[in-house]
Amino acid sequence: MKVLRFALRNLWRDLKSGEMLVLLSALTVAVSSLTAVGFFTSRVSQGVRAKATEVLAADLRIESGDPLPPRYFEAARAAGLRSAEERSFPTALFNGERSQLAAVHAVTTGYPLRGSVRIADAPFGAARAVHSIPARGEVWLDARILAELDLAVGASVRIGAASFRVAHVLDYRPDQGTGFVNLAPAVLMNAADVAATGLIQPGSRVTYAGLFAGPPAADGAFRAYLVANKAPGERLRDVEDYGRQLNSAVDRASRFLNLASLASVLLAAVAVAMGARRYTARHTEAVALMKCMGAAQGFVLAVAVVELCLVAIAAVIAGAMLGFLAQLGIAWLLRDLIRERLPAATALPVAVAFATVLVMLIGFALPPLYRLKSTPPLRVLRKTAEPPGLRYGLSQALALAALFGILWILVRDTALVVDVSAGAVAVGLALTAAGYGLVWLTGRLRGGVGVAWRYGLANVSRRGGASVVQVVAFGLGLMVLLLLAVVRGDLLADWRASLPGDVPNNFLINIRPQDVRPLEEYLGAQGVARVPMYPMVRARITAIDARPVEALRFASERGRTFAEREQNLTWAAEPMPDNTIVAGHWWTRADFGRPLVSISTEYRDALHLQLGDELSFDIAGERLTARVASVRKVRWDSFRPNFFLVFPPHLLDGAAGTYMTSIYLKPDQRPLLVGLLRKFPSVSVFDVDAILDQIRGIMDRASLAVQYVFVFTLAAGIVVLLAAVQSTRDERRYESAILRTLGASRMTVLQGVAAEFAALGLLSGTLAAFGATGIGWFLARRLFDLPYTFDPKVWIIGLVCGTVLVGLSGTLATRRVIDTPPMTSLRD
Amino acid sequence: MQDRIAEGRVVLEAQHLSKTVASPEGPLVILADISLRVCAGETLAIVGASGAGKSTLLALLAGLDTPTSGRVFIAGADLTALDEDGRAAIRAKHVGFVFQSFHLIPSLTAVENVMLPLELAGRADARTEAAKALGDVGLGARLAHYPKQLSGGEQQRVAIARAFVARPSVLFADEPTGNLDTGTGQRIIDLLFDLNRDAGSTLVLVTHDPALATRCERKIELDAGRM
Repeated sequence: MKVLRFALRNLWRDLKSGEMLVLLSALTVAVSSLTAVGFFTSRVSQGVRAKATEVLAADLRIESGDPLPPRYFEAARAAGLRSAEERSFPTALFNGERSQLAAVHAVTTGYPLRGSVRIADAPFGAARAVHSIPARGEVWLDARILAELDLAVGASVRIGAASFRVAHVLDYRPDQGTGFVNLAPAVLMNAADVAATGLIQPGSRVTYAGLFAGPPAADGAFRAYLVANKAPGERLRDVEDYGRQLNSAVDRASRFLNLASLASVLLAAVAVAMGARRYTARHTEAVALMKCMGAAQGFVLAVAVVELCLVAIAAVIAGAMLGFLAQLGIAWLLRDLIRERLPAATALPVAVAFATVLVMLIGFALPPLYRLKSTPPLRVLRKTAEPPGLRYGLSQALALAALFGILWILVRDTALVVDVSAGAVAVGLALTAAGYGLVWLTGRLRGGVGVAWRYGLANVSRRGGASVVQVVAFGLGLMVLLLLAVVRGDLLADWRASLPGDVPNNFLINIRPQDVRPLEEYLGAQGVARVPMYPMVRARITAIDARPVEALRFASERGRTFAEREQNLTWAAEPMPDNTIVAGHWWTRADFGRPLVSISTEYRDALHLQLGDELSFDIAGERLTARVASVRKVRWDSFRPNFFLVFPPHLLDGAAGTYMTSIYLKPDQRPLLVGLLRKFPSVSVFDVDAILDQIRGIMDRASLAVQYVFVFTLAAGIVVLLAAVQSTRDERRYESAILRTLGASRMTVLQGVAAEFAALGLLSGTLAAFGATGIGWFLARRLFDLPYTFDPKVWIIGLVCGTVLVGLSGTLATRRVIDTPPMTSLRD
Repeated sequence: MQDRIAEGRVVLEAQHLSKTVASPEGPLVILADISLRVCAGETLAIVGASGAGKSTLLALLAGLDTPTSGRVFIAGADLTALDEDGRAAIRAKHVGFVFQSFHLIPSLTAVENVMLPLELAGRADARTEAAKALGDVGLGARLAHYPKQLSGGEQQRVAIARAFVARPSVLFADEPTGNLDTGTGQRIIDLLFDLNRDAGSTLVLVTHDPALATRCERKIELDAGRM
C-alpha cells in the first residue's frame, strides 16, 4: 500500500516534469502499432474462421481440370447427399468495345450447398441472400465488372458466343475465397448456358468442381468412397483442411504485418532504455535521501517497478485505443481486397501488446532501475558517491533476451526468430556504422559555418553516441517509407521500361485446332505481326525414373503442386525466342517424334530433376515417357507463350486440345478484338495491361497498408528524439543560460538548437535516401536483373522530410528549456 | 557535565573507527582510530579544517557509509554488523538529518517534504504531524510552497522540520549554516538548538565554525583524520 502510494505520487510528478512522458509515449507507440496490426489480423482470422464452414459452399468438394465422372454424383445421391456442380474458367466479358477479364462460375441448381449467395440490385447497394441460381440467359456480375464495362443492371453483356442479361449485382459467394488470391471479378451463371458461349473446348482452362453436403455420417462414408475412387489429378477438399489452409495464409499475413510493427517496437525499446537511464539519473538524489531516512533497497526498487507498471498499464490503455482507431484505417485501405464485413476485434491483441510491453520494460528499463536501488545513501553528503556501475554484459544479455522474447511473441516461429534477429542486428549495425560516419563528417564541416550553425553542429558531434541513435532511429523509418512509397514504384516503372515497345499485350487462348489457320489469316489481314501458335496439351506427371510421384517427397510447395496438378505443355521445333538452353541440347529435325522433353529451370529445381531423367506423363489417359534432353531458362516477363515442358514435334500429334498465342495490339487496333471474338467465339482474350493494372492496384493497396504500419516507426523515431532531448535537458539549460549570460540573444540560441536538429534531420534523410537507393539498386541489378535508374525524388523527399520533421520536433521539444530565464538555470 | 555523561544513557558510540580508501598513491587514511560515546540529550560538535574527515565521521556514525575497521552503535544496535537495509531501518527509527544543501525534493511541496520520513515509517497521521512541524519552524503559512518558492533560510527550516518530525533520538547536522548568510544562519542555529532541547534529542553537529561549535556541550576536533 505504502509502495503504491509512493509510486502514484512519483508517477504524478514524473509525468508533470516530463520524465515519464517519454517512457509513456514510447510504450504507447509500441502498443498502438502492435494492436493496430493485432486487431486487424484478429478480425480477418475470425472472419475466416466464421466463414470456414461455408468456404467450400459444401461439406466436401472435389476439383479437377477434367470433367468429373457422373458416377460420383450417383454415388452421392445413393448415400443420401445433396450435390451440385460448378465449372469455373477465366474469360473476357464484352460490352461493345469495352472488355473486362472475369472468372466465370457456372453452377447447377442447389448451389451453394452451404452458406448462401448475396445479390444486390445496384452496384454497392444493399445486399440480400438468395436461395436460387441465375435463370437461363441471365448472369449476376461483380460490381467491378459493371463499373469497368459501364453496364447497369438490366443491360446485356457478351460472354463468348452468347449474350446475357445482367439480372443482379453479385455481392458475395461462399466459395469466393478470402480475397487476396482472387484477382478477377466473378460472374455467376447457370451451368446450362455454358454450351451456348462456346468457351469450353477440350484443353480449355476449366476447373470442374463437384459439391456435396449431407449428414456427417454420410459425408464420412462418401469421403472414403471418393478417396478410394478418385483419379490422380482430382483434388478432394473438406472444410477442415481448407480451414487449415486459410488459417495458415492469415497467419502468414499477420506475421508479416507483425514484423512491420517490430521496427516500431524496437525503436520504442531504444527510447525506453534512454528514458529509464534518464529516470535513474534524475532520481538518484531523491533515492539517496529516502535511503538516508530509512527506506530499504527493496522499497526503492518496488516503488520504481510499480511506477513503471502503472505507466505500462496507462500505455496499454492509450495505445490500444489508438491501435483500434488505426486498424480501422488498415481495414479501409484493404477494403477492396477483403470485400467482406469483418467481425469485431477480440481483446487478445491487447494481451499480446501488454506482454510485449512487459518484456520491453524488463529488458530495457529494469537494468538501470535495478541500479537505482543500490544508490549509496552517502550521496547526500558526497555528490561523487555513485551507485555501482551497470553490469553491461548482464544488461545487454537481458536486452537481447528481450529482443528474442518480443520476436517470439510476434512470430512464434523459431527459425524466423533467428533469421529476423540476425537481419535486425545486421541492419542495426550497418545503419549505426553509417550513422557514425555521417556524424563524424558533420564534425569536420563545422569550421565554415556561422555561429548558430557552428554551435548546432558542434552539439551533433559532441553528443556523438546520442546523435547516432537519433539519426538511425529516424533514418530507419524514413528509409522503409521511401522504399515502399518511391523506390517500389520506380522499380515497377524500370521493369515496364525494360520491356520492348512491341511486347505482346494480349494473350489468345482456347483456340480450336480448326481455327488456327483462319485466325492467322484474320490477324494477318488486320495488320497484326505474324506470331507462332502453340498447341496446348494438358498432362500430369506420374513418375520420375519409373518411381511414382505419389511416393516421392518434394521440399517445396511448388514441387508438390507440379507433382499433383495438371500442366499445360506444348511442342515446338525451335526454342521460344526468350528461352536460353542452360543444359543439354535442343533437338534437331532428326529428333522430331522421339520421346524427349525440354524442361524449364523452375521445373528442374522444384522436382530435383537432371538431364537424362525419364519422366512419365498421363495425357488424357495415355501414358507417355520422355527423357529430359535440355533445360531452359525462361524469361517469363516476355509476355510470349512459355511452358515449363516442351516436347519435339510429331510426338503428341492429335493430342492438342487447343492452341494459344500472344499478340501486340496498338491502342487503335483494340476494336479488332471485338470482330475477332465474334468470328472465333471460343477464343478467350487476356488483356495483359488490364491484368497488370489490377495486380498493381492490389500491390499499391497492400503496400499502402504496410506503409501505414511503418508510420508508427516514424512516430517511434520521434519518441527516440524526445528521449534524447529529455536526457540532455539539464545540459542544455545550463548551456543556454551561459550563452545568454554572455550576451547571445534568445534567437541566436534558438537558431543554434534549430541548426542542431536540422542537421540531425538532414543526416537521417541522407541515411534513409542512401539506404533506399542502395536497396533499390540491389533489388534492380541483383534480384530483378533490371537497369537501375537513379531517382532524385528519393533524395529530395528523404532530405526534406528528415530535415523538416526532425528539425521541427527537436526544436519544439527544446524550446521550453531555452525559454527558462538564465538566472533560474544558473541558480539551480 | 561529566556527571551527566556518566549518568546518561549512551545513544551513539564509536569504537576504534578507521576509514582508508585506495588512491593512486597507495592507501589513503581518512580517519584513524576514532572512539567516542555520546549520551542521550547531549550536543556534540565535530570541528576541523576542510578535509580533516568531519563529513566522513558523520557518514560513518549515521551508517551512511561503512568503516574499514571499528564499530558504531546507535541506540545499542551495532550498525557495522548490519547490512544496508538493516542500517536503513535503524535510521528510520532513530536518526534525523539536516544538510548544508538542504536536500529538499524539488517536486514536492514543503509539507510533502516533511511528510516523507513519516510516510516511510508508515504513519497514517503524516500530513497533520508535518503541518504541525512546519508550524513549529514558523512556516505554517507556506505548507503548499515548493522549495524553489522559498528562500534559503526557509528551505533550511523545512529541512529542520523534516529532521525533527519523526522524533529521532539522534540528529546529525552537516554544516547546517554553510549555505546561508550570517543573520539567517544565526536564526537557523537558534531554531535547531531550541527544537533539539524541546525534543530531548542528541545533536551531532559538523562545522568548521568555532563560534557555532562553542554552543555545543562538547567538542571534538579532527586533524588529518585523528582526534
